[in-house]
Amino acid sequence: MAGAVATLDARADTASKFEANPATRDSPWVKFVVIGLGVTYFVIFLLLPLVAVFAEAFRKGIQTYFEALIEPDALSAIRLTLLAAALSVPLNLVFGVAAAWAIAKFQFPGKNLLITLIDLPFSVSPVVAGLIYMLVFGLQGWFGPWLRDHDIKIIFAVPGIVLATIFVTFPFIARELIPLMQSQGKDEEEAAISLGASGLQTFWRVTIPNVKWALLYGVILCNARAMGEFGAVSVVSGHIRGETNTMPLHVEILYNEYQFSAAFAVASLLALLALVTLLLKNYVEWRARHTVSEEIA
Amino acid sequence: MSIEVQHVNKTFGTFKALDDVSLNFPDGELVALLGPSGCGKTTLLRVIAGLEYADSGRILLDGVDATEKDVRQRRVGFVFQHYALFRHMTVFENIAFGLRVRPRRERPSEKEIRAKVTRLLDLVQLGWVANRFPSQLSGGQRQRIALARALAVEPRVLLLDEPFGALDAKVRKELRRWLRTLHDELHISSIFVTHDQEEALEVSDRIVLVNKGRIEQIGSPRDIYETPATAFAYGFIGAVNEFRGKVEGGYVRVGDEKLHYDGQSFTDGQEVIAFSRPHDTEIVPDGQTADGVSARVNRILGNGSVARVELVANGEAREGRKDFFEVEIPGAEVQSLGLSAGQRVKLRGRKLSVFSNQNGNQTS
Amino acid sequence: MARTINKRVLPGFGLSLGFTLVYLSLIVLIPLSAVFFKTASMTPEQFWQAVASPRVVASYKLTFGASLLAAAINAVFGLLLAWGLTRYTFPGRKIVDALIDLPFALPTAVAGIALTAIYAKNGWIGSLLEPFGIQIAFGPPGVLVALTFIGLPFVVRTVQPILEDLETEYEEAAASLGANRWQAFQRVVFPALFPALLTGFALAFARAVGEYGSVIFIAGNIPMVSEITPLIIITKLEQFDYKGATAVASVMLVISFFLLLIVNGLQAWTARRTGRTV
Repeated sequence: MAGAVATLDARADTASKFEANPATRDSPWVKFVVIGLGVTYFVIFLLLPLVAVFAEAFRKGIQTYFEALIEPDALSAIRLTLLAAALSVPLNLVFGVAAAWAIAKFQFPGKNLLITLIDLPFSVSPVVAGLIYMLVFGLQGWFGPWLRDHDIKIIFAVPGIVLATIFVTFPFIARELIPLMQSQGKDEEEAAISLGASGLQTFWRVTIPNVKWALLYGVILCNARAMGEFGAVSVVSGHIRGETNTMPLHVEILYNEYQFSAAFAVASLLALLALVTLLLKNYVEWRARHTVSEEIA
Repeated sequence: MSIEVQHVNKTFGTFKALDDVSLNFPDGELVALLGPSGCGKTTLLRVIAGLEYADSGRILLDGVDATEKDVRQRRVGFVFQHYALFRHMTVFENIAFGLRVRPRRERPSEKEIRAKVTRLLDLVQLGWVANRFPSQLSGGQRQRIALARALAVEPRVLLLDEPFGALDAKVRKELRRWLRTLHDELHISSIFVTHDQEEALEVSDRIVLVNKGRIEQIGSPRDIYETPATAFAYGFIGAVNEFRGKVEGGYVRVGDEKLHYDGQSFTDGQEVIAFSRPHDTEIVPDGQTADGVSARVNRILGNGSVARVELVANGEAREGRKDFFEVEIPGAEVQSLGLSAGQRVKLRGRKLSVFSNQNGNQTS
Repeated sequence: MARTINKRVLPGFGLSLGFTLVYLSLIVLIPLSAVFFKTASMTPEQFWQAVASPRVVASYKLTFGASLLAAAINAVFGLLLAWGLTRYTFPGRKIVDALIDLPFALPTAVAGIALTAIYAKNGWIGSLLEPFGIQIAFGPPGVLVALTFIGLPFVVRTVQPILEDLETEYEEAAASLGANRWQAFQRVVFPALFPALLTGFALAFARAVGEYGSVIFIAGNIPMVSEITPLIIITKLEQFDYKGATAVASVMLVISFFLLLIVNGLQAWTARRTGRTV
């Protein structure tokens, strides 16, 4: 999924081209078997779980469904989830743009190492991500005693949740921007500077318009992950109802208390968020492709 | 092997790539399919190969209808424009590919494969690259390996799509001569597609000139160059000066001026295009003759035995006219005429070829 | 002096790189280093006891075994799906294509409870398998199902662009040389896809190894049987065994770094092999 927008122009509808070419056309039964197996797999592993969320959510009727959503603890979980996303997405956005600018427009030693380090949070288990903040800010951690003395709560409080969310969504935007900006080079920026534009003018009028779809794409994915993160947040949250529960944690608590319909009701909101994310993602891909083909025409 | 194309049509969406094309390729010749880009020549080549199916019409290979035959059964060697060498295979494995994929009964032994590939590598003079990968070869080397790979399956006909298109000028010239020599050795029927007239004129036994999905002219390079059959053929092959106007008596009227020509049967008032080759165009000092089209000398190149004079149309550019002319005259004549840049002169065609221009649009 | 020599045309190098490095250090590097400092404060015996006790070892076996198997399943079906989506037209193709990314977008906890609902004894699929004595939820097969779900998009999305960009010329050349469809696939197309396939496999594997949210609901979490390593860390934390948790985490981190290096190497290989950047 790295640099997805950068490769979008290639995702035009090529299937009919392959089917028309005698050298790349497969026999009908091969097509039937491949699609049959692939789609069966897709239905069993992807479609059914998605349908199940909504089926389970409405199992006890619409009234139970909405009661589960407007209950104070649920509302507080929704608020906290929105807050965590509202803080982590802009921070990672600024970071992503800064990192991509430095990496794509300049040469410096250690660049490849830096790119690898930016990817690091992707390969760290969410549980470990939560754990490391315990080690830094927890009672037995580096700053624990000092924080306790000054009555600042990070772990088992909102700041810890935000930090953990920032960690797990750290690379999303940078990852979309870096390959795209690298492939675009710096010719256009240099042209703008040579025409008398200031650095900021160049950035806003040349760089940002060139990467806006990739930027939006990264923000969408980053936001989805920020709202849905479970493992890392679970470690640092402390699961205090109405205080440090995000939506995914609230789902877990309801589920463990055998309030299945309520759990699935809250889960259905998150599933809806996932669907909206996919919808937006496809729209952005379509727009990006559209812009590319317009430029070619 | 002889190839016969009968009434072949092919459209892509609304674009007519081949428009009722019929032609014969005799056995053993090296034929060039020549035309501007988008004229349908590559489509014709791919239809012959079986990589594309015609909407209607038939393809006969050695007199046998092959229209419905799969590319795998046609036994044609196809050399792709960008070579399409398999990049994860060595040169040796690339050439051996066609032998290795044969059904077990027909597959040669490992020893035979080795011998054959070695022979082909020697044929293309690249025995020493057998164990390299395509990415380690130069463009010209890749082209020759692609040819060897196509020859390995002993095709009945060799089809080459813009074989020299991706090469730089020097390599292109060398490879052109080499292909001609190779063809003289092997005598395998070959068709190659090109948009470069010089290439077609130099290499081929026969040229098929294609334009907008139709055949314009078929003939030897000499025929095509010396007696172009259509206005398009005239304009496309070789350098040419072009004059557009109306027929009036024994003249072609170009704007306010007129060019004399030896009466072909055009009725008065008919729109025509007149062509003359640079070496068949005369320069006459202004004021000495009523006949001729005015022009201004722009540059004089080369003062040796042959000088090339570039001229631009006099006065304002008239619509539908080419404004640049090129004339080749003996160097001595430059002196005797006292030509210099900026001078106004008149141009006349010693051998003017006139074609009707019904729709009045550009030909090239 | 160095400044005049290194004068750059575009501004903002110092600011952007400086911010990048500070932010990277504060959010990622320093907190991660805490794992190794904490581990270093343990004696070798303590460390060994924490990371090699039978219960922990059983969790490694389950985590890595199930992850490997899930990635392998996804390699096979991901290739099928990528092929079907790029090479064939069929009704619903666009919807399938769009929904492939669902596991990236769906919160893992939601996936976990949904999969449990389907594969439990009374669930849509679980009830079909029950008569045959096959139980998926609340045991190791459940872990496999969850890890397969979350790894599904990786292979599809790494193979798909390569397959789309692959010039038809290669298959045309193979056909003109007499190769049948299977030979063309096996000898020409598959070798071109292989590095991307392996990259997708490695990404799916790396993701599965660290996965927590979707697994814990469906696994049953029986010690020695269906307990994954990330859950071991959580359990140790809940018992205030910070050192033990950190020791196990350090093992997982080392393995993650190792996998990251492999993935990077594979991506470089893909780029070289196909002449494109991934």
